[in-house]
Amino acid sequence: MLAHRNARVAAGRRVAAAPGQRAFVGARPCRQSLVAAKAQKKEMMMWEALREAIDEEMERDPTVCVMGEDVGHYGGSYKCTFGLYKKYGDMRVLDTPICENGFMGMGVGAAMTGLRPIVEGMNMGFLLLAFNQISNNCGMLHYTSGGQFKTPLVIRGPGGVGRQLGAEHSQRLESYFQSIPGVQLVAVSTVKNAKALLKAAIRSDNPIIFFEHVLLYNIKGEAGDKDDVACLERAEVVREGTDVSIFTYSRMRYVVMQAVNELVKKGYNPEVVDLISLKPFDMETISRSVKKTRRVIIVEECMKTGGIGASLSAVINESMFYDLDHEVVRLSSQDVPTAYAYELEAATIVQSSQVVDAVEKVVGRAAVHA
Amino acid sequence: MQMLKQRSGVRAAQPGRRTVQVRAVAAPVKAPSSKAIITPEVAKDLYYDMVLGREFEEMCAQMYYRGKMFGFVHLYSGQEAVSTGVCRLLRQDDYVVSTYRDHVHALSKGVPAREVMAELFGKKTGCCRGQGGSMHMFSSKHGLLGGYAFIGEGIPVGLGAAFQSKYRHDVLGDEKADSVTCSFFGDGTCNVGQFYESLNMAALYKLPHIFVVENNLWAIGMSHLRATASTAGDNDPHIYKKGPAFGMPGVLVDGMDVLKVRQVAQEAIERARRGEGPTLIEAETYRFRGHSLADPDELRSKEEKAKWAARDPIPQLKKYMLEHGLASEADIKALEDKVAEVVEDSVKFADESPKPEKGQLLENVFADPRGFGISEDGLYRYMQPGFSSGTAIVS
Repeated sequence: MLAHRNARVAAGRRVAAAPGQRAFVGARPCRQSLVAAKAQKKEMMMWEALREAIDEEMERDPTVCVMGEDVGHYGGSYKCTFGLYKKYGDMRVLDTPICENGFMGMGVGAAMTGLRPIVEGMNMGFLLLAFNQISNNCGMLHYTSGGQFKTPLVIRGPGGVGRQLGAEHSQRLESYFQSIPGVQLVAVSTVKNAKALLKAAIRSDNPIIFFEHVLLYNIKGEAGDKDDVACLERAEVVREGTDVSIFTYSRMRYVVMQAVNELVKKGYNPEVVDLISLKPFDMETISRSVKKTRRVIIVEECMKTGGIGASLSAVINESMFYDLDHEVVRLSSQDVPTAYAYELEAATIVQSSQVVDAVEKVVGRAAVHA
Repeated sequence: MQMLKQRSGVRAAQPGRRTVQVRAVAAPVKAPSSKAIITPEVAKDLYYDMVLGREFEEMCAQMYYRGKMFGFVHLYSGQEAVSTGVCRLLRQDDYVVSTYRDHVHALSKGVPAREVMAELFGKKTGCCRGQGGSMHMFSSKHGLLGGYAFIGEGIPVGLGAAFQSKYRHDVLGDEKADSVTCSFFGDGTCNVGQFYESLNMAALYKLPHIFVVENNLWAIGMSHLRATASTAGDNDPHIYKKGPAFGMPGVLVDGMDVLKVRQVAQEAIERARRGEGPTLIEAETYRFRGHSLADPDELRSKEEKAKWAARDPIPQLKKYMLEHGLASEADIKALEDKVAEVVEDSVKFADESPKPEKGQLLENVFADPRGFGISEDGLYRYMQPGFSSGTAIVS
């Protein structure tokens, strides 16, 4: 059911027509990763795109390996490593016992000594058990060793609120991890950005915490080819507009675009920016948008308290106070555990009607901006 | 409180029980035999290393009380036989992982005393540029993977290095890849979950990893006997017996006798290099000083301390060397003088070294500095003026 809704939303959105630019190493960061003219267009589901990214990178670099529960023979709980053990063997696609802190630490040690592990959390929530290794070792070790060792890990897995999975399987860890110094946080949302960003994360020398969403694995879209490697620090302008800047990430992008369909009919013209890089924020894209629209709504799935929106709101306040005509509005999940019952679960997270209401409130009547 | 039985000698898991076969020496070396089991060169190396460890740590105590180093400093005095017995067998491409009691592991693995002392003084010439401190000694050149403050968190890291070694051999096809990793930790750590997670994975994947438990009977003020349940059928909580339960040999060794530790370590290392998997070594040892320099050390009895002080590993080895003609009194004095020189030099070096500049603040947070992101003007933050002087706004 959700897949249908997503497909409609995906069809309805207008991708900002940013010209494909060559990515180059230098002072100016890449705007988009596409080598547009040569990009091979293939339609597939997100899990297939992630699998393709892992496969391509493992083929390209023999030090890339995967570790996690059921990643090997089972193929991954969400099929992201389906069949890869047959191609690469049991050691490169390592089925671990159930000991998150232990195998996360093992990934750190392997990374310090020259390998590039991709560590999968079967559900991101399970990585709470690995917080010790992620915070102390993954994040801080490059610093405490005086730069002697690096920890090029990718820590990936599904998070977010699914379909009545209960409180513990519905967690959003991005807000818990965001304060850890030394890690980058990336949240993917489309087939295209998922594949391109995972490739970039695997190639990065920094530890990247890579957030996928339980409900997005089956969305369809076009994936790039094996040279499409995205920029990890860049946000994505989903829709250009003038009324209000809506900053969002992960599945909430689709909730926002669903609201946008309705808002457009009412005469509004919102700009939608998918943050992608939850830490660090792409302040160039963000500030350009804020200065243009002078109104900000943040739509996120994590809890309001201490969430990504809390950080972003503070940063916008501090650096763009006089560019705002309205206080920054945050639409976040309620500070409650996610209930099992459908209605309560729906009441916990942001729905598209709330986004519509927020835009109407922040922008005022559409006629003003006609 | 239960009195500890006098324990000495090397023994594998109890005879009569089904155990994983260990070819370690079964009988303790009872009387001085006429034939030494080490060469004079090795003997001198071991003696030098133990004396270096002792003198360095004693100097740390002095420097701490003189206000040259701060924070939590955990000294190794008394346990030298374990570090020397194991680490002097390792190659430069082997790895060592430790806990906060890591100064002597660093020295035994070959990290220059100057670099360790400068790190303790918080100077930029320290092995970690002053950014790690006493509990976070690292050396990529010498294969020291840290220095960890949370006990237990280093062991999986050690496993990762061992995994990498096996990966290089099995996946990347490097026939010569046979480096081993030794993780050192104490009796308190043996109740941490990560220890058990690591025992299981090491045995499961047959990793070239050696678990070296430095059982000094105390975790700050918590006696091992009060913190750990006895293994079934025993009066004492035997840590080495947990090895076979997880699928590897468990060996108990007298951690105050460097030659016994060395013998046991030799076998474990050779097993690991041959691809036969991990070993759990429990070395019974004792720290002569408190848990850290801030510990009043009031719970350990004077009798207990005296009993262990009488088993000081350094005079034991000296006696052995003299009895077996491995070194003369003059040789030994020369080694001790050399140590004194090295330790004094390390203090002088540390004292005279410059402090870190503010520019170091942001440099090593990320291996790839693009991790700080893009600022409003479109440039990566690390390109901003002020980044290399540590004054840039990075968030």
